[in-house]
Amino acid sequence: MSILVRPASLAQAAEFLAARDYTILCGGTDVFPALVDRPPASAMLDLSRLDEIRGVSLQQGAIRIGGATTWSEIIYAPLPPAFDALKAAAREVGSVQIQNRGTIAGNLCNASPAADGVPPLLALDAQVELVSSCGIRRLALADFILGNRHTARAPDEILSAVLIPEPHACARSAFVKLGARRYLVISIVMVAVVVDCAPDHTICDARIAVGSASVVATRLAALEGRLRGQRIDLNLSHTISAQELAPLAPIDDVRATAGYRLDAARELIARALMQACEAHAHA
Amino acid sequence: MLDVAPLLSFGVNGKQVRIASAPTKRLSQVLRDDLGLTGTKVGCDAGDCGACTVLLDGAPVCSCLTAAGQVGGSEITTIEGLSSQTQTGGALQRAFHDHGAAQCGICTPGMLVSAAALLDRVESPSEEQICDALGGVLCRCTGYRKIVAAVLAAARRSDSAGQTLESGRSVGARVLRLDGQLKITGRDLFGADTIPTETLLCRVIRSPHHHAKFGLGDLEHFVAAHPGIVRVFTAADVPGRNCFGVIAPFADQPVFAIEETRFKGEAVAAVVGEPDAIAALDLAQFPITWQVLPALLTIGEALADSAPLIHIGRAQNILVGGRVVTGNVDEALASADLVVEGAFETGFVEHAYIEPEAGFARRVGDRVEITACTQSPYMDRDDIAAILGIAPADVRIVPTAVGGGFGSKLDLSIQPFIAVAAWQLDRPVAMIYSRPESITSTTKRHPASIRMRAGASRDGKLVGVDFAGDFNTGAYASWGPTVANRVPVHASGPYVVPHYRALTRAVHTHCVPAGAFRGFGVPQMAVAQEQLFDELALGLGLDPLEFRIRNALRAETPTVTGQVLGAGVGIKACLEALREPWRSARSAAEEFNANAAGSKRRGVGLAGMWYGCGNTSLSNPSTIRIGITRNGRVALHQGAVDIGQGSNTVVAQIAADALGVELVAIDLVSADTDLTPDCGKTSASRQTFVTGKAAFLAGQALRSKILRLANAGPQAALGLNEGSLAICEGETVRQIDLASLPTDAHGYVLSAEETFDPPTSPLDEDGQGVPYAVFGFGAHMAEIEVDVALGTVKALKITAAHDVGRAINPTLVEGQIEGGIAQGLGLALMEEFFPGRGENLHDYLIPTIGDVPPIESILIEDASPLGPYGAKGIGEQALIPTAPAILNAIHHATGVRIYRVPVTPDRLRAAIVQSHRQPADPGTA
Repeated sequence: MSILVRPASLAQAAEFLAARDYTILCGGTDVFPALVDRPPASAMLDLSRLDEIRGVSLQQGAIRIGGATTWSEIIYAPLPPAFDALKAAAREVGSVQIQNRGTIAGNLCNASPAADGVPPLLALDAQVELVSSCGIRRLALADFILGNRHTARAPDEILSAVLIPEPHACARSAFVKLGARRYLVISIVMVAVVVDCAPDHTICDARIAVGSASVVATRLAALEGRLRGQRIDLNLSHTISAQELAPLAPIDDVRATAGYRLDAARELIARALMQACEAHAHA
Repeated sequence: MLDVAPLLSFGVNGKQVRIASAPTKRLSQVLRDDLGLTGTKVGCDAGDCGACTVLLDGAPVCSCLTAAGQVGGSEITTIEGLSSQTQTGGALQRAFHDHGAAQCGICTPGMLVSAAALLDRVESPSEEQICDALGGVLCRCTGYRKIVAAVLAAARRSDSAGQTLESGRSVGARVLRLDGQLKITGRDLFGADTIPTETLLCRVIRSPHHHAKFGLGDLEHFVAAHPGIVRVFTAADVPGRNCFGVIAPFADQPVFAIEETRFKGEAVAAVVGEPDAIAALDLAQFPITWQVLPALLTIGEALADSAPLIHIGRAQNILVGGRVVTGNVDEALASADLVVEGAFETGFVEHAYIEPEAGFARRVGDRVEITACTQSPYMDRDDIAAILGIAPADVRIVPTAVGGGFGSKLDLSIQPFIAVAAWQLDRPVAMIYSRPESITSTTKRHPASIRMRAGASRDGKLVGVDFAGDFNTGAYASWGPTVANRVPVHASGPYVVPHYRALTRAVHTHCVPAGAFRGFGVPQMAVAQEQLFDELALGLGLDPLEFRIRNALRAETPTVTGQVLGAGVGIKACLEALREPWRSARSAAEEFNANAAGSKRRGVGLAGMWYGCGNTSLSNPSTIRIGITRNGRVALHQGAVDIGQGSNTVVAQIAADALGVELVAIDLVSADTDLTPDCGKTSASRQTFVTGKAAFLAGQALRSKILRLANAGPQAALGLNEGSLAICEGETVRQIDLASLPTDAHGYVLSAEETFDPPTSPLDEDGQGVPYAVFGFGAHMAEIEVDVALGTVKALKITAAHDVGRAINPTLVEGQIEGGIAQGLGLALMEEFFPGRGENLHDYLIPTIGDVPPIESILIEDASPLGPYGAKGIGEQALIPTAPAILNAIHHATGVRIYRVPVTPDRLRAAIVQSHRQPADPGTA
């Protein structure tokens, strides 16, 4: 007989995990599809009723998003404009049905190269908080996701929260996702940017993350550095060098060719930056 | 507090339930299996289709992704409780019914639940909000437009779009679907909904390799080691012929492979056991060893001189060839003023009905009964009889409601496994395909490799077409011969082509069998033919529409098989109906592009279509029985399986008018090989035409009997009342006391049975003859926007003109057109299945509600002299011109010609980049 354990507190959940292996379940939007037609794991630990790791709050200069917060809750949470990219990504996670159940921690722990939540969180310099019966540790998101379906989470750890340093009030953001259809689509490539800029689109600071074009979504530090102090326009896409895209290592798959992904990434970076700059201008 | 309680307690549709069930079970399973709420459908178990959507404390969620143990203390609302538990559910259900927003009905519960969650929150949503709310529910039948219209209407609380009927005037009216109430309430029973408890379940062991040899291990030990597993079945357990196939002379597919498998997904064994044991089974434990062999996956590999034969006796791996030749095409093209040519490729396309194959079989004495989804009950009956080694009359096929078919449910899927198991075990055995199993093992649209040349004279007259098409038919024959024979008849398009050669081959590979899919190869052909005809027009400096009108077939002009249709050739009328929209849309797009600063370019393209209704030069009769009962009801034995297209309604409308009674007087006796005569398969756009004609003849025959009995004239009106029949002629009314009449073998006091088989003739060695008695015609105009920097295409509008002869039910005709367009758009832009990869609905993409643009249907009624009330088929016709119209629009927008579909963003972007580097080089892009 299978069991589903529903701890009443995070501490209790961590104790359960310390005692034996469980499949952690919350929204179920990755756990159940992964089963295909196999039976569910014999022991599951359900975190979906832990209110203490759910919701959005401001704490000590950081915005804290509980790990069990659903994408729908993020969409409707009052957050500064730097989070518009995250909200836009939230609207692209599967469908309304998925957004109502799928959680931010699940998206990160599932570690799909095409996870919609990762690029905006990378651009926001997010950290993750991991809780176990031994204590709490924090990791930069970039250090947490290590590969395709591979993270730094130990089996007894729970991703309890995502922590984002409070962004500059002027910061604006944008998220663009390219897929072969309108809804319910795994991205071919996606870009998130968080930008602070002058009214004439001169970049003060730009943080640019690209997803679905490498095993783990990644920031483009060289490009970010080059754009500082530059005024940008739509021709930007033609100026992005191969070296600036070097962190990307796209593959050919059923969705697109690697070459196309690079080509599209250039275009989407330019569009996302322009969109964020325009949001800035209209602020 | 910790609860590890297997007793689950939650609210469902306003009632508290407490049930013992595994808490890790999917909520969808608990709702369906433990609570009997089968209105919640399961299409993918992966959150990709949304069919299982329920409200969890008011919010739509996929019940397949929620553990039953997670909903303790919550309130669940399913389709069964939607009208009582939500404010807007009832209004939405009425609007869906009124607007024809439910076709097969398998997605309808998920759509309605999602829509109610929206309308309960947002009183008058925009179309965009509606699409956002319903974007997670896939529909493969409707093309979504009637769903959007229904939600908008429900929000407006506006009145019915359906018409109330005058007596005897059903034909031509927007009659509401007779099975619609069942579909909008979740009460319609599909393949997985009728399985009795206490039924054993079946899982099939399939080849994980494209081509392999295998050895079975110790099966007895496997059974003994797995309590609850009853038996393993292999080829040795098939009592009759271990072989089946839809076309008897080509039947070649084993129920269970022997020693060698020829495609990834081929069945080698079936494990049957108690449901819990089957659910817990890890198929990786099955004792089997595999030896991987080299596989031929492409047409080119299979045709290579060195290629080994996939089937002994099928030389060069060619299953069959097709040929239609008239005139002298080589001379004609040599002297043509302009010749264009191209090589075109299309991929495998998956039917992606939202209902995976499902059903159960039971043995009843020396007979077997199969209750399952199917498009072809009598063909299933005959093949199952051969597999079991019993007489066809000892097999009963009871089709359930079918949650989409589109051609693939013509072939056997689960039936042989459950039939063999139920027959041998004498216990009911059920099977429900998982989504990956359905995609892996069932038929696909044939990939095509086409080379085509077409020539015209300077004055814009087509002079010749030279067409050569190879079709990847996969490992087994299925409908490969039909594709090979149908395509050469159609490769002229609906135009006069005096010199013509069309050669086709169906080529075996180690791929999943390609079979029937809406159009039998003609949509692939049209991608080539309609694009090349655009090239001819543009090359001659002619307007593509006027070029087509100039060359359109007419009643008196012979087709490429030498057939003169004589009447009912509506292609010119369809094209002319597009003239005004064409001119304004073309100039608007050109103006848009002239002023375009960014990366968006607009284009308008069109394509014509013709399609023969029914089998190609082969008998395909339908028989309808109609009878009057002693209590004054009309029973219509309507054996045409309604797979969502509406034959239950259309055939009844025809019968009602032919008999001269109100539609409400008719009770449907739907397909069941014990109860309904053979109406053939639901395929080849034949049911409205062929079965409809049989219904017309049967209705008329019964009417004649009644009139003779009453000695009344042909204009007499009939009136049915409880136990009596009134025949009214002017002032004279004659009453027949039905209860006093003797009943026939079927229990009727008066009845008739009529058969219609469309008159065709065999084709000679040059393909000359009468392949079809009736053709449907049509033309689509696509308005699209291309993002040239990304290679993405957004459809803005499709205008579709179709000659349907007579629209028996305009709402249902529009539904077929809109659904066909959605599938055509998928073929053009996003759908391609790669055998062995992406066997799910997140890698294999079909259009969502946000991908199908507004559709304007223009119905042309150029009556067929043969069809019932002039009607022709529309099911396949609607799909054929969409893809080439979109491709021609892409050319208009970008100057790029597309030689391979689907034109995914990467392919279109590559073609655009290429075209900027060098002038277009047809055939090499």
